[in-house]
Amino acid sequence: MDKPAATRRQFLIGSLTGASSVWLTSQWPSILAAHEHARRAAGSDGTAKFEFFSPEQAAEIEAMASQIIPTDDSPGAREAGVIYFIDRALSSFDRHQQSLYLQGLNDLPAKTRELFPNSGRFSELSSPQQIQVLTAIEKTPFFAYVRLHTIMGYLANPEYGGNHDQVGWKLIGFTDEHSFQPPFGYYDLNK
Amino acid sequence: MVKFSDKTQVDFVIVGAGAAGGVMAKELSTAGFQVVVVEQGPYKREKDFKHDELQFKDIFNPPNIGQPALMNDHRRQPNTFRKTENEKAVQQPVVGYGQCVGGGTVHFTANYWRFHEIDFEERSRYGPIEGTGFSDWPIRYADLEPYYTKAEWELGVSGLAGASPFDPPRSKPYPLPPMPVKSSGVLAERGAKKLGWHAFPAPLAILSQPYHGRAACAHCGYCEWFGCEMGAKSSTMASVIPVAEQTGRCEIRPNCVTRRIETNERGWVTGAIYFDSAGHEHFQRAKAVVMCANGAETPRLLLLSKSKLFPQGLANSNGLVGKYLMFDTGSYAGGVFEYPLNEYKSIHVTRVIHDFYDSDPKRGFFGGGGMDARFDLYLIGFALWGLPPDVPTWGANFKKALHENFTRTMYIQAHTTALPVETNSISLDPDVKDAWGLPALRVTYKDHPDDVKNSYFFRDRAMELLDAAGAVKKWPLPIEDTVASVHLLGTCRMGDDPKTSVVDKFHRAHDVPNLFIVDGSSFVSSGRNQPTCTIQALAYRAADHLARSAKNGSLDSAG
Repeated sequence: MDKPAATRRQFLIGSLTGASSVWLTSQWPSILAAHEHARRAAGSDGTAKFEFFSPEQAAEIEAMASQIIPTDDSPGAREAGVIYFIDRALSSFDRHQQSLYLQGLNDLPAKTRELFPNSGRFSELSSPQQIQVLTAIEKTPFFAYVRLHTIMGYLANPEYGGNHDQVGWKLIGFTDEHSFQPPFGYYDLNK
Repeated sequence: MVKFSDKTQVDFVIVGAGAAGGVMAKELSTAGFQVVVVEQGPYKREKDFKHDELQFKDIFNPPNIGQPALMNDHRRQPNTFRKTENEKAVQQPVVGYGQCVGGGTVHFTANYWRFHEIDFEERSRYGPIEGTGFSDWPIRYADLEPYYTKAEWELGVSGLAGASPFDPPRSKPYPLPPMPVKSSGVLAERGAKKLGWHAFPAPLAILSQPYHGRAACAHCGYCEWFGCEMGAKSSTMASVIPVAEQTGRCEIRPNCVTRRIETNERGWVTGAIYFDSAGHEHFQRAKAVVMCANGAETPRLLLLSKSKLFPQGLANSNGLVGKYLMFDTGSYAGGVFEYPLNEYKSIHVTRVIHDFYDSDPKRGFFGGGGMDARFDLYLIGFALWGLPPDVPTWGANFKKALHENFTRTMYIQAHTTALPVETNSISLDPDVKDAWGLPALRVTYKDHPDDVKNSYFFRDRAMELLDAAGAVKKWPLPIEDTVASVHLLGTCRMGDDPKTSVVDKFHRAHDVPNLFIVDGSSFVSSGRNQPTCTIQALAYRAADHLARSAKNGSLDSAG
């Protein structure tokens, strides 16, 4: 799971390779569309519906997301509702990646059975088994995308459908305010 | 707001409403001239900006830092790249620049470093450097000093005069006191002190107090890559462009893409041909044209403006338009500290170190630079790129690192010299076209070996600084070949000799009496790669001279 250090270029202005290159198609007008989609998808009874995924597909992707940012003593991708963010992304600003997801969802059972011949679906594996499957596919564009979407869905503004109750912001230690006053941190307080 | 008809011959057409174009528009319109500013990007104001990483810091559209919202969009304006002239260039994003009214000053960090005296005369000090067009500027720091002061006072800059022992002389203090120091600044100061270096309050084009009717910074944290919702960042959009518009003599035309500068049979320019947002073509007539389209698009537009009199492109009789391109170079190191810094709050940089600004022959290569302590990633960007390299990229320990490190991390960034190499250039791609059918911008770029050695030198200093500041963990970021840049310098260089430069010391094209080029392309050297302050000082100086000479009739035979 180790990665090489981000290069200065990645750090500064995004990467030409890896997960982020697949985002070349993302664009701002369609991100606006995601807001719209999020509003429509939120059901009147407070439950959200999926626009792109079937419930079975959603369960597989959510299981992956829950290994990328697991639930432990604090909420993870599942509690953040990352799956709703991903569904919305694939129905709006990132619809170009639908086929990548469908292919990945198609390949996942094969990889699962290859490693665990008598198993059922990926989402039904034990957690250590799931980690083993994901480690085997972590270099694939499919995994890179699910990871990217999971991170985004965990940390983006809640209005995109994820980061439910700001659980991502709480975990990372971020407060969204329009104004702060010094001192901002420990070291400028204790100069 | 005034609207000019295309058929009206205005005094000036300015191409680009950015760092330089905004200043030129204000200076020329307040001097009594009629000005039309043609800007490719939209006109966004404070109300249009938002705390939203997905909308504004579109880190996923590499290496365009993003945001088709505020920056150039490589899908409609593709770039191509190659390292050397005998390669075929490959389509990829290469140049990033602000594409909106205000240009890069809307989203920049707002580091506002003056050049030092040495930046203008390094060739004389150190002699020639093989494989480069290393040259002195035709002006000196003293020529520009009054205009640095003017820029700081007109635009609104916070800082502390005399705080750096390396600062060049100045005629006036900063108009505003420095911004409150952040934990990263305190730590940089602590480390610098231990090493015998000098950290000083960063000069920033951000208001520490209300100024000229604009609000002070509220420290919201959404600063670099974002537009300021308070109007506290001193972009030209927030500061001088409104003044230009209030004259009733300046029209800003957003969403208009210039495709050609037109010339007459006498070799004078007559105006700009551009597409409006609906794709309709217009010709705005003018007595003179001022190119402020940045160090990449300005040379491209000159090369696109070929004619019978200018078969190699406008102002390009010596073939130097587009050459000596200098990209932003430098290095980075990250550090984690024991207690929370909460760097996500407020602006990004509060302390700067200039102890290694000058080159030193003892190091065995040419190069200098400055360092700052900063944190300019946002949440998603931090999760993708901000963690130490030994942290897993997913799973329980990834989550743990997000929790533990986000509030405790900062980076040292070095901004360093790039040497002018003739073959590093902007040219027209022979195959790839943009959304208007025009040849795409092609970049040829290979780092000079000294620039690379210098980046490593500074990365070592950054690691020393983090160590001295007490980082519990620190790591260097890899240094790789420069293949993309957001600082675009040197492609229409300034000089006294028409054989070796494109514009004279007042930014007039040697070849064309009523064409002026005022942006990063005029740079002879890169300085220490924090160019905006100097771009704007040059614009004030160019405008001052241009307004006086136009009043004295220098443009009267235009038309």
